[in-house]
Amino acid sequence: MNALTKGLMMKDKAARKIKINILRFDPNIPNDRPRIDMFELEEAPGMTLFIALNDIREHHDASLKFDFVCRAGICGSCSMLINGRPGLACRTLTSTMEPEIMLAPLPLFELIGDLSVYTGNWMRGLNERLETWIHTQEEVDVERLEERMEPELAEEIYELDRCIECGCCVAGCGTIQMREEFVGAVGLNKIARYRLDPRDKRDDDDYYELVGDEDGVFGCMTLLGCEDVCPKELPLQSKIAYLRRKMVEVGLNKKD
Amino acid sequence: MKVTYTDVLVIGGGLAGLRTATGVKERGHDVILLTLVPPKRSHSAAAQGGMQASLGNSVMGRGDNEDVHFEDTIKGSDWGADQKVARMFVNTAPKAIRELAAWGVPWNRVKKGGRQAIINAEKVTITEEEDAHGLITARDFGGTKKWRTCYTSDGTGHSMLYAVDNKVHEQGIEVRERMEAIALIHENDRCYGAVVRNLMTGELVAYIAKATTIATGGYGRIYSVSTNAVICQGTGQAIALETGVATLGNMEAIQFHPTAIVPVGILTTEGCRGDGGVLRDVDGYRFMPDYEPEKKELASRDVVSRRMTEHMRKGKGVPSRYGDHLWLDITILGRKHIEKNLREVKEICENFLGIDPAEEWIPVRPTQHYSMGGIRTDHRGESQTLKGLYSVGEAACWDLHGFNRLGGNSVSETVVAGMLVSEYISDFCESEESAINVSTSVIEAALKCEQDKLDRLINNKDGEDTYVLRRAMEKIMMEKVGIFRNGKDLKEAVDELEQLIFRSHNIEVTRSKSLAANPALVNAYRTQMMLKVALTVAYGALLRTESRGAHSREDFPERNDKEWLNRTIMRWKDPDMTMPTVSYEDIEVEEMELPPGFRGYGKDMTIHHPKTEERQAMVDTMRLQTEEEGLDRIEVQRTLMPYSELLPEKYQGRNERLDERFDDER
Repeated sequence: MNALTKGLMMKDKAARKIKINILRFDPNIPNDRPRIDMFELEEAPGMTLFIALNDIREHHDASLKFDFVCRAGICGSCSMLINGRPGLACRTLTSTMEPEIMLAPLPLFELIGDLSVYTGNWMRGLNERLETWIHTQEEVDVERLEERMEPELAEEIYELDRCIECGCCVAGCGTIQMREEFVGAVGLNKIARYRLDPRDKRDDDDYYELVGDEDGVFGCMTLLGCEDVCPKELPLQSKIAYLRRKMVEVGLNKKD
Repeated sequence: MKVTYTDVLVIGGGLAGLRTATGVKERGHDVILLTLVPPKRSHSAAAQGGMQASLGNSVMGRGDNEDVHFEDTIKGSDWGADQKVARMFVNTAPKAIRELAAWGVPWNRVKKGGRQAIINAEKVTITEEEDAHGLITARDFGGTKKWRTCYTSDGTGHSMLYAVDNKVHEQGIEVRERMEAIALIHENDRCYGAVVRNLMTGELVAYIAKATTIATGGYGRIYSVSTNAVICQGTGQAIALETGVATLGNMEAIQFHPTAIVPVGILTTEGCRGDGGVLRDVDGYRFMPDYEPEKKELASRDVVSRRMTEHMRKGKGVPSRYGDHLWLDITILGRKHIEKNLREVKEICENFLGIDPAEEWIPVRPTQHYSMGGIRTDHRGESQTLKGLYSVGEAACWDLHGFNRLGGNSVSETVVAGMLVSEYISDFCESEESAINVSTSVIEAALKCEQDKLDRLINNKDGEDTYVLRRAMEKIMMEKVGIFRNGKDLKEAVDELEQLIFRSHNIEVTRSKSLAANPALVNAYRTQMMLKVALTVAYGALLRTESRGAHSREDFPERNDKEWLNRTIMRWKDPDMTMPTVSYEDIEVEEMELPPGFRGYGKDMTIHHPKTEERQAMVDTMRLQTEEEGLDRIEVQRTLMPYSELLPEKYQGRNERLDERFDDER
């Protein structure tokens, strides 16, 4: 039994006071200016930023904007800068941090207000641009046995399919700061995922058209902030490197 | 006045809504899908463990077919389900999973040869057949005779949701995010669309459509602790209820999942127990075999949740500052299995409990999980009373689940219902009766009515605090409308909720006066809606003086088919009233393929329906006769309860299996 479960069982120790600083701005309010509000609360055992922010909204400031949906680290809604680092707020325990915490909205995405950003819009655009769906001419006969697939391959595809489009990798990306149209690790991972999938009939020439340029795999400066901050621990580094090698092959052949 | 026209309006961007949208688009109809959050963030993503479909590929699923799936579903429902709907469902589920496979879901596959598994806390070797290699595999889940739950590790809902949303991208379907339907527009018992609020700008827009579909999921958040996402607030049921025309069915049928973590209520999948995990008490003792010697931890969810509660009441719970809990032990599955097949569970344990589930036990207790009740529809997904209004998935009472849903049947239902209902909607849109005959004055009045309500909430002075009402409601539901229910508590709950509804007319949105993105305003109007939904749950539970499935009355422990083989139907005729009106819809024994019987848990305390015996005898005779005539199982079924003509033609066909190959074997 570790410290936290023990905490569940035991009587209250003296609870810690924590200070949460939040960068706030509401684009819907004319002449509103960015500011930092500080809220002080008493820490509870097992308190996450989901619990803390809802506490602030309920007891201190009902106008505070943020996004949570699953509150279980599954849906990718609540990415924000937590002490300057992109992460999922819902599964961040306050006990893992110093008593003074700084929260800011995820950069690069459209700001709705305070900590609420419109990552969904960006991701939608990305999916449309990279055509992240199975491309095939084959009609499926749903009454018949399904196509077979090697069990290991299915697992490999799932490994990459686990991306939750939270946007942390985009916020942690150095390249995108300079290259607005860069597809980011999220985009490259998706191409890697479909490339692996035999049901998708696209070949490397097709993928080259999508990511074979500097807004795609050749734009990546290999700073790899993406992999550092990915909450799902996707193997972004190795997938980007592998994809780049494959795209180089296509590019070289094109030269001939 | 801002008005948008389309053929089909889909409200809700989870699996059910998305699959409905692709279906009608495929048939050539225009569709707009509205969603509170980007579709890939919907609660469908949280379905971990799997999707039931009787493929029968894995050796532990061999021999499975529609009949077995049907029987499990009906027994699971405690005979509350619509048996024809269940038949439609089990026949379409294999098609749904095969379609999803083609759309990109990386279903886990059968690997030929031996593998280690844990069954009843013992290591066994399962040997998979060569001919099944590479086909979709399945795991064990509660309340099923065969291993039928297909999965992608424990991220099944996520993979399904992504595949279907990607299909929506491919089809170029218009998805409008952060949009909330706050009222339906209707006239003369015909639904024409919805008043929709843009959650970013606050703007109200009327969406007018031939057909309107509510796919907004369940209403778990009326309870203070729920596994549901925070957006599962029952607003879809509420806007249907507020028409005064559409009805809600079986709202009291609420499922409690046995294993949500304490205290936050996040789910750990049934796959934990399906894969061999066990429940332990304060002494580390595995107690379920004492209560349910046959199915043990894999009894139906309602049964396991009640047994756990019973056991804790005997003082065998583990005390904690958040109340008692029990342990879920998956350490016996081994690290390798957990890291591969239960990785979401592992992440949740690490992040929210700070434990490693391969080493330590997980603190769990039964927690609100699923809403069997919802917008009452016919088998075509259409409201029985408000034409042009459809509902699919958890939002609906279709009624596949009756009073208890089997694990793995919900994600399966979302997609199956989407496939089927989109066909019926398309048929409707192609018929003359779908013509939009609503006058602009009705649309304008609906918009104005909603704007006035919002203005009133913002401008009210010295009114009620939303949070006070909301927390009071959540507490009432937890304490008085929980796993075990009784007349006294329920009566109090109904009275108290009615009082809260009365008070909610006087909510004041304090400290946050913006009409644009304003969480306080959203909380205010949603709380008003949630209170009505909560009251339908409590009231239905109070009136139903029997125990059926997840609805368990301590003062009426028998399942009483004689008086209660029916669905509770609620209607809210006048918006100013503080109570719904109630009626009941009989479930006809004479039409049942599987007449009511004993589910096989605990002691049989059924008070039988007078017609059950006769129907059972008839079914037995018919089965014997037809089998003697040499009819195959599908033909036998057809004589007992014909249903296939209810299905859209394209989905009427049989399903191929390894044990039931089509003649032109490929």
